Amino acid sequence: MPDSVDAKNHAVDTSRRHFLRSGVAIGGAALAGSIATTSHAAATETSNLPPNIPKWMKVPGDPMGSQTYGTPSPFEKDVVKNISKNLPQYLSASGRTPLQELDGIITPNGLFYERHHAGVPTIDPTQHRLMLHGLVERPMIFTMDNIRRFPPESHIHFLECSGNPGYKKPYGKTASDLVGLLSCAEWTGVKLKLVLQEAGLRADAKWVVAEGADAAALTRSIPIEKCLDDAMLVYSQNGERLRPQQGYPLRLILPGFEGNMNIKWLRRLHVTAEPTYSREETSKYTDLMPDGTAREFTFYMEAKSIITRPSGGQRLAAKGFHEITGIAWSGRGKISRVDVSVDDGRSWQEAHLQEPILTRALTRFRLPWHWDGKPTVIQSRATDETGYVQPTLAQLLAVRGENYFYHNNAIWPWRIAADGEVSNAANA
Amino acid sequence: MPRMHRALATALGVALIVYTTGTQAQGQYGVGRTATPAEIAGWNIDIGRDGSGLPPGSGTVSRGREVFAQQCAACHGENGEGGIGDKLVGGQGTLSTSKPVRTVGGYWPYAPTLFDYIRRAMPQNAPESLSNDDVYAVSAYILNLNGLVPNDTTLDAKSLPSIKMPNRKMFVADPRPDVKTPACIKDCSVSGH
Repeated sequence: MPDSVDAKNHAVDTSRRHFLRSGVAIGGAALAGSIATTSHAAATETSNLPPNIPKWMKVPGDPMGSQTYGTPSPFEKDVVKNISKNLPQYLSASGRTPLQELDGIITPNGLFYERHHAGVPTIDPTQHRLMLHGLVERPMIFTMDNIRRFPPESHIHFLECSGNPGYKKPYGKTASDLVGLLSCAEWTGVKLKLVLQEAGLRADAKWVVAEGADAAALTRSIPIEKCLDDAMLVYSQNGERLRPQQGYPLRLILPGFEGNMNIKWLRRLHVTAEPTYSREETSKYTDLMPDGTAREFTFYMEAKSIITRPSGGQRLAAKGFHEITGIAWSGRGKISRVDVSVDDGRSWQEAHLQEPILTRALTRFRLPWHWDGKPTVIQSRATDETGYVQPTLAQLLAVRGENYFYHNNAIWPWRIAADGEVSNAANA
Repeated sequence: MPRMHRALATALGVALIVYTTGTQAQGQYGVGRTATPAEIAGWNIDIGRDGSGLPPGSGTVSRGREVFAQQCAACHGENGEGGIGDKLVGGQGTLSTSKPVRTVGGYWPYAPTLFDYIRRAMPQNAPESLSNDDVYAVSAYILNLNGLVPNDTTLDAKSLPSIKMPNRKMFVADPRPDVKTPACIKDCSVSGH
């Protein structure tokens, strides 16, 4: 359903609103053991608007305990993960965050993007163990209680799938279709460095092979420099324990590195002298160049941004003021600048970066804009603290070709038509 | 404290330290315990590109054909041509074309990775259910389908790493950032949309 930027609530059609209202009323009545009928469902659209008193002020609301774990308003029921209905299979698959529906920089846990390679395991944390072995002084086993005894830290970082999106048409219609394999959360856990030091690294320790306790036993090799820098063993996300889809009870977070390396359901760390060259770092997650060579161990997600509002699938209801907003991020550090063009790339203006501006985290940008009602193309361009500038798709394709598949950090232009409809200009 | 009691306490203390050293790690935090060789052997299923970690056992192409038909063909096709699962065969010579086909024979750089991946993750509905002999056999069959080993091949920990994968030399290090763009502000070329 196209989403009207200016009048989102009014886009909820009458029949659905009545259905929802009836459902809520029945649920509330059952719990409260009193009042509430469905007769109000026949009320006209204006009965809750000024000068009338809205019906939800005339009866008590749901009592305490109606929900012991809160869920969004029923009027937000369409804000869910974006999961394709035409996947060849759903055990090795991905589901996207609805970026264009979210504000700020933190992704709610229920909407965090998912990618797993053999389904989501259900793991009893009392029976989960982390084994650390290989080129260490003392091979060790940790329980989850052990892991939580190490001094914890919390950090906000984005996580992004390496293939987000591909290089070939057709490109996605919405921001979520395009780059929805991207989310950001506050992660709590222990620096991997502390745990490695507890076992004692040998001088020849150069890589750590991390393995998940899922049915894929997913394995990636991580350079020791990253393990001793900002890598974390994480057990909580946005204040609560990890969701099963995010690796409960324990996962790796490697800030700025491609998503699949951030091993979920982490059960084993094998310290080695060289990478293991697992299937996931040879057959997959390598970047094919036009000459047939393939880049391997391409860890970093480079600087990127996208306008989430207005964006594909939305509609500007009228000319006049509209804020342009979106998100920017870089695996190599902080975002230093975001430029926005509202004239198909002819000129660019610097957007305001909203605090906090954190390393390897989503950064929210904003630009006030008056739409004159004429068709145009808008787009954003991120620069990170290394000086790296987000490229156009054409610039990326010129170097990498269409077979590259992963690490597409192109600028994505949105076309705004005279009637206000927003669509992906890259599909033209 | 009487001398004898003190001596006993010291002895107990020493015994406790010795006991602790045996079972508890001696890191800064004293958290966790030592993993035994048997525990590590049970969990460590990593195979290096040089074949390190490959277990005893062996398997033939003909046995692999049987196992493949029973366990793999439903997703990967009777002859590895692909289906719900990846295409496993062919693709040589396609990597620099507009339709690259990345298969075991055409793309994978190291043969031992095949054993590692099949054992840890396949078949998708029952990973780690095949015997080591059958993993060697299926590896042999898939390599045979790709024309990399003859029909009478038997693979084991010694022969699997010796197989030369055709695409081995084609992997290169990450040179990024590979696109360097000055940030134009005014009179820029139109993006072409």
